[in-house]
Amino acid sequence: MSLQEFWDYLVLGLMLGSLYAVIAIGYTLVYGVLQLINFAHSEVFMVGAYGSLIVLTLVDPGANPSMLASIGFVALAMAGSALFGGVTAYGLEKVAYRPLRRRGAPRLIFLITAIGASFFLYNLAGKLFGRDPSTLPEMYKNENVFTIFGAGVNITQLLQFATAVVMMIALDLLVNRTKLGKGIRAVAQDAEVASLMGVDIDKVISRTFIIGGVLGGVAGFLFANLNQVSYTMGFIPGITAFAAAVVGGIGNIRGAMLGGVLIGIVETMTVPLLGDEWRSVSAMVVLILVLMFRPMGILGERVGRAA
Amino acid sequence: MSAVETSQNLTPSQAAKLRRTAWYRQPRFSRLWAMVALGVLLALVTGEQGNTRDIFYSLETTFTGGGLWVCLALTVGVWVLREFAGDGLKGLAEKAKPGTVAPLAAVRGRFQADKRLRWGLIVLALVLALAIPSMVERYWQTVLVDQIAIFVLLAIGLNVVIGWAGLLDLGFFAFFAVGAYSTAFWTGRLPIEPPVVLNPFWVIPIAVVTCLLTGLLLGAPTLRLRGDYLAIVTLGFHEIIYLVAKNADGVTGGPQGARMIPDFSIDFAGISYKWSIDPLPYWYLLVFFIVIVIILFSRLEHSRVGRAWTAIREDEIAAAANGVDTVRFKLMAFAIGASTSGVAGVVFTSKYGYINPEVFPLLQSILVLAYVIFGGMGSIPGVLIGAAALVWLPEALKDYVDPSDRYMYLGALLVIMMIYRPQGIWPSRRRQRELKLAEQGIGDADAMSEPAGGKF
Repeated sequence: MSLQEFWDYLVLGLMLGSLYAVIAIGYTLVYGVLQLINFAHSEVFMVGAYGSLIVLTLVDPGANPSMLASIGFVALAMAGSALFGGVTAYGLEKVAYRPLRRRGAPRLIFLITAIGASFFLYNLAGKLFGRDPSTLPEMYKNENVFTIFGAGVNITQLLQFATAVVMMIALDLLVNRTKLGKGIRAVAQDAEVASLMGVDIDKVISRTFIIGGVLGGVAGFLFANLNQVSYTMGFIPGITAFAAAVVGGIGNIRGAMLGGVLIGIVETMTVPLLGDEWRSVSAMVVLILVLMFRPMGILGERVGRAA
Repeated sequence: MSAVETSQNLTPSQAAKLRRTAWYRQPRFSRLWAMVALGVLLALVTGEQGNTRDIFYSLETTFTGGGLWVCLALTVGVWVLREFAGDGLKGLAEKAKPGTVAPLAAVRGRFQADKRLRWGLIVLALVLALAIPSMVERYWQTVLVDQIAIFVLLAIGLNVVIGWAGLLDLGFFAFFAVGAYSTAFWTGRLPIEPPVVLNPFWVIPIAVVTCLLTGLLLGAPTLRLRGDYLAIVTLGFHEIIYLVAKNADGVTGGPQGARMIPDFSIDFAGISYKWSIDPLPYWYLLVFFIVIVIILFSRLEHSRVGRAWTAIREDEIAAAANGVDTVRFKLMAFAIGASTSGVAGVVFTSKYGYINPEVFPLLQSILVLAYVIFGGMGSIPGVLIGAAALVWLPEALKDYVDPSDRYMYLGALLVIMMIYRPQGIWPSRRRQRELKLAEQGIGDADAMSEPAGGKF
């Protein structure tokens, strides 16, 4: 691997990693408040991508939109994906998890429900929108914006990275500075005591799901913008992002960001070293290694102290 | 002035106004919205297949067609019945209860009291299992062997892991792949040469040991962690096995896999027989394996090991405090479960004759899990019935329901089962009780929490 290649792949890895980080936050948030691996989060991601596809098909950007129109289309697509992602996550919590939570069901039951819901959602999407992959309509002319260490960065990549970073900063502020954020941290620390202190647990949990869903949905759009939309697109990024959340320390939001970037870079670096087909294997190997030597993750589990 | 005094100054009518919730926020109407949403979902689920060229096709036909109204009428009808005739229906159900529950309980009591009756039933089931396949069509014989029997064997194995030890293993089918590739290797059908070429019969013990070792290798680092990590690591493990099978062309044959894998044959002490294309002999062989596995496992269930599993599942900390080596027993459950998967892998491979990575998608791991859950975790008859019924059902319905939709229904079934009947259709009584107790905050019912040994 030449030095130039190294920089190229590092930049690519950073872009991919920022995306994983955003998805990983969704896992970590839900894990924080419910101590549950939300397997269906990968489906929220997929639904978000379909949300942007639906919006873009409805408005139809056409050929060569002006710059202003391009920005508008991107914003619309993003809003569509956020809406679809948020609604799916909300519905999921309401239909699948809330009845179990009321009953105080064991964790095994939660996990199996999550798997069932994930199965249902992605097959339903396949049924409704067809099982062949499709691409998002072109919203802008994709060209290189600038070069960093000799590696070109195009609009799609810049959009992906910038959106991910903005969302992460916004989330960090939300969790640490707002009243809802305080509620989320309180429920994550001790739900029972939080409810005694007047926190409406149901509301906090359901909003946590919505936040995670919005992040996941937008990540779905960004991913689809780079690759394709298909009903099975959620699975691999989903478990990779989960691995990222665990690597960073589950329940720890900044850990999820770090883990996401790390896994993204490792995965991308695998391509020149071992070949494209070993990408997802490398993420799993990193996960198993981290679990073996530092089971609480790099930054440590901090369920409750969400930062 | 404090808030309490202010409320006392209200006139009764003002207070009533404050207390009143808007009509659409009453529980009755929020239930109506839920039913309407369910109706729309039902219409989408049963609607037409979409296509990628026109992504709105399915939505459009659903929302303009009559199906939506039928579904809405159905769900809103249920709402009306429940809200306005609920008491009457409940009364009817109460009246019917002694008529159905009492005889059922009596039958169950008879079976528990009388050992001969129970054995009679088991023998009857076995005779039926041996006799019926020779009477059905060739197509169903193939389904019985290639799918039902194989999945029953797998489900019995997974039951040890999830039903008895309470560990969630999402990569169970990967061990099946390990068994299958072991067969291909030891019969000399992979690109790498085995030291000796063996008959599939001799591969069975080797595959069992290979699966045991793989289970140990995977379980050792992860079983010391919180139980839910195991789920994701096993999922990743399946993905790794799949990708290795697909990409390591020099070892596994890559996407082409292995072909011409020989059938079972016996040539021993004057008896010589060769299994071939006919499914029936394979059926008898599989029934033989299933019976052996069931006998072994039900002995195990009530042994020291089985009791240790129960203890870990019910309360890991208490188990550890009583001297149960939790990690060791969890590893054991993991490895023993994996070994049956190896047996199934060998039989399947040699019956089928060829394998490639596409035989082992992740989907299959989830399917086996669904069968165990549906039948009833921890109960061998439940698992048998669950696997057989859920494999048979899509085959039987494939002319009426689009086969590509079946996994969607399966996912919905899992969610509904977990919400309304987590113990399965034929539950183990102990498991049923545990789930109930866990909901009241007594015990765990699974090994999903922090391990008793702590982090290492």
